[in-house]
Amino acid sequence: MTGPLPLKAIADSVRSGARTSVDVATEYLDRIERGAALGAFLAVDRARTLAEAAAVDARVARGEALPLAGVPVAVKDNIHAVGFTTTCASRMLEGFRPPFDATVVEKLRAAGAVVLGKTNLDEFAMGSSTENSAYVACRNPWATDRIPGGSSGGSAAAVAANLAPAALGSDTGGSIRQPAALTGTVGLKPTYGRVSRFGLVAFGSSLDQVGPMTRRVEDAAMLHDVLSGHDPKDATTSARPHAPTAPHVGDGVRGLRIGLPDEYFGDAVDSEIRASVESAGRALEAAGAVLKRVSLPHTPHAIPTYYIVATSEASSNLARYDGVHYGRRHPEAVDIASLFTGSRSAYLGKEVKRRILLGTWCLSSGFYDAFYDRALRIRSLLKADFDAAFRDVDLVLCPTTPTPAWRLGEKISDPVQMYVADILTGACNLAGIPGLVVPCGTTGQKDTRLPIGAQLLGPAWSESLLLRAGAVIEAACWDPSFVPSFGSAS
Amino acid sequence: MSTTLERWEPVIGLEVHVQLGTATKMFCGCRNLFGAPPNALTCPVCLGLPGALPVPNRRAAELAIRFGLAVGGTIAEVTRFDRKQYFYPDLPKGYQISQDKGPIVTGGTVTTSFFGDGKTIRLIRAHLEEDAGKGQHEESGGSTLVDLNRCGIPLLEIVSAPDLRSAEDAWAYLNELRLTLRTLDISECDMEKGSLRCDVNVSIRPRGTTPFGDRVELKNLNSFRGVERAIRHEIERQAALLEAGGKVELETRLWDDEKGESRLMRKKESAPDYRYFPDPDLPPFAVGRAWVDRVAAEAPELPLKRLERYTSVYGLSDYDAKVLITDPSICRYFEETTALCNDPKNAANWITSELFGLMKGGVSIDDVKVRPTHIAELVALVKDGTLNVRSAREVLAKQYEDPRPAKEWVEKLGLVQVSDRDALVAIVKKGMEMNPKAVADLKAGKEKAAGAIVGYAMKETKGRGNPAILNEILAELLKTF
Repeated sequence: MTGPLPLKAIADSVRSGARTSVDVATEYLDRIERGAALGAFLAVDRARTLAEAAAVDARVARGEALPLAGVPVAVKDNIHAVGFTTTCASRMLEGFRPPFDATVVEKLRAAGAVVLGKTNLDEFAMGSSTENSAYVACRNPWATDRIPGGSSGGSAAAVAANLAPAALGSDTGGSIRQPAALTGTVGLKPTYGRVSRFGLVAFGSSLDQVGPMTRRVEDAAMLHDVLSGHDPKDATTSARPHAPTAPHVGDGVRGLRIGLPDEYFGDAVDSEIRASVESAGRALEAAGAVLKRVSLPHTPHAIPTYYIVATSEASSNLARYDGVHYGRRHPEAVDIASLFTGSRSAYLGKEVKRRILLGTWCLSSGFYDAFYDRALRIRSLLKADFDAAFRDVDLVLCPTTPTPAWRLGEKISDPVQMYVADILTGACNLAGIPGLVVPCGTTGQKDTRLPIGAQLLGPAWSESLLLRAGAVIEAACWDPSFVPSFGSAS
Repeated sequence: MSTTLERWEPVIGLEVHVQLGTATKMFCGCRNLFGAPPNALTCPVCLGLPGALPVPNRRAAELAIRFGLAVGGTIAEVTRFDRKQYFYPDLPKGYQISQDKGPIVTGGTVTTSFFGDGKTIRLIRAHLEEDAGKGQHEESGGSTLVDLNRCGIPLLEIVSAPDLRSAEDAWAYLNELRLTLRTLDISECDMEKGSLRCDVNVSIRPRGTTPFGDRVELKNLNSFRGVERAIRHEIERQAALLEAGGKVELETRLWDDEKGESRLMRKKESAPDYRYFPDPDLPPFAVGRAWVDRVAAEAPELPLKRLERYTSVYGLSDYDAKVLITDPSICRYFEETTALCNDPKNAANWITSELFGLMKGGVSIDDVKVRPTHIAELVALVKDGTLNVRSAREVLAKQYEDPRPAKEWVEKLGLVQVSDRDALVAIVKKGMEMNPKAVADLKAGKEKAAGAIVGYAMKETKGRGNPAILNEILAELLKTF
């Protein structure tokens, strides 16, 4: 075999009877065991997954048309899948078993996919390195002393190491795209409202979207088509019908105008990364696209704006973890106040508490206008930046991260350094537009090769264009069948 | 007027919460019902489970719009939801979804036409929100149990301007508001079941002055009479404070109806900061003109409109009409009866004088065994001469205990009116012979004298003689007697 198969090939093989869904699931469950040291998974249940796979085999035998027949998918542990716990990598939700499937998981299961397990993340998706997991640190398969990015670090590491052919992530300020870039995988953050958030544990509700993390652009398109669409259980999903993207992935970029935003190529971004993304741009040009410089002038305000909006919403979304109705309850609580404060103090992690405090402060009487309200106004300026740019160009191409994957522990004691890692990804969520990250090369420093991801941003509902451009970059700059050996590097 | 009220003018505003009579809750598909076993009516959304999301109930918005139109308020073109945040065990999300900046209704007025002196009270706003659950402290063991059936039931919070000037005003306003809400099928407004709750703001100022005094909020008011008592008590309390040289503190107090006094709940300094912000799970939604028009078209008739119809079309007296209208279930009963017998005046009479006479001790008309079909039948039987009024009354009394059809009772009691002319002629003749003086008086033009003869005939027929026919026979016989 020539490395990991595309999802379509896996589904074809199961549909044709060449392999069973149980065979495929077994293969990946075995890999997960061998790759356990990566810390990519928080929950794996072999019996459960094999039972799901056997059920898919039975459906295939009955002749059901299943687009994802037997495709194992790892699910970030802040997305509900009945049969598995949802911990959000928090002690607070240790052992919490959701009574319902997230709409995205329901859709995957309906399409014949099998849930392979739940992947590691920064607690409640708050972080950029997956070091904020209350359970286990997650490692980058390209260099296991390095972080895989975050917060969907477990999903990214699992796909990069081929412990799963595909995974679900969630992206609030870059949590799909940044780890995809740092692990050499493909990650799509869809347009806000394209994919249901029902069953995704909320962090920043006006920013959160669920999206696919895969080895290949065509795989991301295939999953995106299954996940997309209006959900009557999520009032923020759009009623706009979803036009399938997978059939158009190979349509190319001839005649597309692609913008390179000045603000994303500044000195704060590692020169190797800039060079690599510029070479991705040349690949697009060679395929018939026209490159143009554009400006997104409010970009420097994206990070403070993002951290005000996201933490404000988080402070509210996480109020429900109070030890009263579910989750962990502090054993020494003697009254209501000590039940609340005791449980929250004991079972929420440091970064989560930091963000709750920050958000609570931003929404407090007397500060609301100066912070939250002003952040909303800057948010609309950022949106207007993109609107203006997209009058001149069809898409924007830019780096995803200022640096390649850093070492575990390197930034964990400096939250602001960590927050700056989101500098190139947060504006996309604030504007509600889609973003795709495709690997476009590696750093060549010393003996360490670390992946670099090119980020494509487009106007709302332009996922199909993003995926077309992504496929061109992938074809020119990357070998999706390459799996790092995940040994330690220095 | 107490001497206090001669010196001080109270300024009162009310915040009324009513549960909306929707089939399901505000943001999920759980049934909106009172009295189910604890936590039976819950789901991941109203339990606030991680990952669950609210979806607004359009019907609740329609009832709010219906209210807004009824009080002449402005319906928001775009309305939105905000989160009101505080920690409490009966609030599983740690916030209540409410409307802070974009209430669905602003303005409007309520006029105390039925219960007061016709005063008009301005409304500031009416907004949608979700109810919280209910905590129950166990007698022993000190633990608290939480029932979340109520959690997520749609509420409309109606905030009045400080236009009320007395406890009586407040009582009249509450009754008037309840009448509107019940007549329009917006809410049951049953304080005992908690479907109407009320907080009161009271301040006082020296009569003849305009600046408002510092106000106190009263909570835990469980009946309209309780509201009145609490206001009276608060006026006296504030007046005593001020007259002793003290000052009224901005605070929230809990009313204890049993003790007839209030106690401090919290001072203004410790008032919670609710940190309102727009709920990102619920996009603002446009309330289009077409939707408002549709809501207006399907809304039931307003009490004042109904009063006009009852007096002008049905010919009822103002008093009778008001008796019917002030209780929407009686009104419904009356409308049904009228639809069956096509005689609103008699239907109203039978209900308000005869049926009410039988109903004792706060019985609701909905629980009475005599139904509109029964009343309509009696009205018809009297009209077609089968029964006279006295017999019909007797039948109604029987039916009140045993609601079999009137015809069965008439047969059983032998109450069919005697309209047989020949038989009645003989009886009237006999009566005339026995009362020569009455005959003479009648001939002299004293019409009242007929009573003695007709009375005799009624006695002879055991009350079943048809009075109209008896009078007719008497008039005829007089000519030849």
